Amino acid sequence: MALLTCRDLSLGYEGREIVSGLNFKVDPGDYLCIVGENGSGKSTLMKTILGLQAPIGGRILTGDGLRQNEIGYLPQQTVVQKDFPASVWEIVLSGCGNRTGLRPFYNREEKRTARENIEKMELTPLSKRCYRELSGGQQQRVLLARALCAARKMILLDEPVSGLDPKVTAEMYGLIERLNKQEGMTVIMISHDIAAAVKYADHILHIGREVFFGTKEEYLNSAYARVFLKDGETDG
Amino acid sequence: MAEIFEKLSLYLQYPFVRYALIVGVLIALCSSLFGVTLVLKRFSFIGDGLSHVAFGAIAVAAVAGLTNEMPLVLVITTASAVLLLRTGQNTRIKGDAAVAMISVAALAIGYLLMNLFSKSSNLSGDVCSTLFGSTSILTLTKTEVWICAVLSVLVVAVFLFFYNKIFSVTFDESFARATGTKAGLYNLLIAVVIAVIIVLAMNLVGSLLISALVIFPALSAMRVFKSFKAVTVCSAAFSVVCALLGILISILAGTPVGSTIVAADIAGFLIFFVIGSVKGGIKR
Repeated sequence: MALLTCRDLSLGYEGREIVSGLNFKVDPGDYLCIVGENGSGKSTLMKTILGLQAPIGGRILTGDGLRQNEIGYLPQQTVVQKDFPASVWEIVLSGCGNRTGLRPFYNREEKRTARENIEKMELTPLSKRCYRELSGGQQQRVLLARALCAARKMILLDEPVSGLDPKVTAEMYGLIERLNKQEGMTVIMISHDIAAAVKYADHILHIGREVFFGTKEEYLNSAYARVFLKDGETDG
Repeated sequence: MAEIFEKLSLYLQYPFVRYALIVGVLIALCSSLFGVTLVLKRFSFIGDGLSHVAFGAIAVAAVAGLTNEMPLVLVITTASAVLLLRTGQNTRIKGDAAVAMISVAALAIGYLLMNLFSKSSNLSGDVCSTLFGSTSILTLTKTEVWICAVLSVLVVAVFLFFYNKIFSVTFDESFARATGTKAGLYNLLIAVVIAVIIVLAMNLVGSLLISALVIFPALSAMRVFKSFKAVTVCSAAFSVVCALLGILISILAGTPVGSTIVAADIAGFLIFFVIGSVKGGIKR
């Protein structure tokens, strides 16, 4: 059974529809990239999947016993976080917050999870450092480690490489690929970088005036993708 | 020097002086703990707005002729806190304007009511002490001291119990919400607690100066420390020390308690600012 199925989903704010007729499904272990122009509703779709916002129409079905507190989320950075005084350790550990319930403190197992994810993101030497002193790439890795603490089956990434230089971007994609291939983590990622989307993902959801959903190969063969890919290249 | 100690020990023999010190320290502790969250969530202005609402509420209580005004003020301020937080969530600018509107409206109505219905012969004195704190918190009644003490202990307990949740909600609300933490509930909790703190702090520094008690400790600690825990602990210590110093100085020098405490906070902030710059605590 699919982890996540969207049927005839339409999204928008305050009754104003941004995108409609979304049909797609995500199976365990999939790597889905959501692409499309600015304002096409990519972030809205992610918020809807996460339950932060109600859809205007259609349904989202979760399967395999996927629960809200088993999804990890890497949001875009907010202004608040830029000068936030917190150590890497504190931030990553806060990813376990959805497991504690009413228990006020983290237990040993949650601390171990945090330590493992810090290790996995190659942040161990930085774990005592202050978040606001880290570079953009390091900060993204901290937030990814936190998302992994929350994620047991699926992780949603909202433009994880925006604002990073090419070298750090490649490292970030490498880390995400490793999570997907080696640990079987289901990945859903919003991306502007269509070349990378095609390179790493196995499924593509293209939203905009026309909606496309299918495997990477099907996408590459569609005429619409070729136009969009060419646009992407001229953009930079 | 010996003279000062003599004078102090003389004052400290009176139980009401000791009560005042205890209450002052407890209030300073509460306000600084939640101050960190408030500053980081960009809610400093909500604290300021609420204190004006509390002023309006006191005026209403005075007009209604209540002997113990605290419960009514507490209810009105809490309700406004919940209301303000609700509007603040949708859009930033709307929330901003709402706070400004409510705070000046409460101030104006409060003063108007006091003017129209006050039976007191010393109206401007009354207004002044509500705005800037009584000339001394030594005039607190025993009931007020007890309410203060119980509420402060509750606030500290709430903070300790929900420390990790408060951190999550402060650092990244959408992440917390997306991963199944009830962020709305914790925001509500924070709003209610802040309202309680403000009502408590009115006794100490008066409604216009409350923000200082909330903001200065947090900002000072943030100049120097780099983890949330260290900032919280430091801000609590900073606030308690400044409150103690402020109260003691005001007893000795006969200055108004509220503004002396705030002056101590300002001095402390300057010291921490220098330390932070030397250490390079904040890189810009």
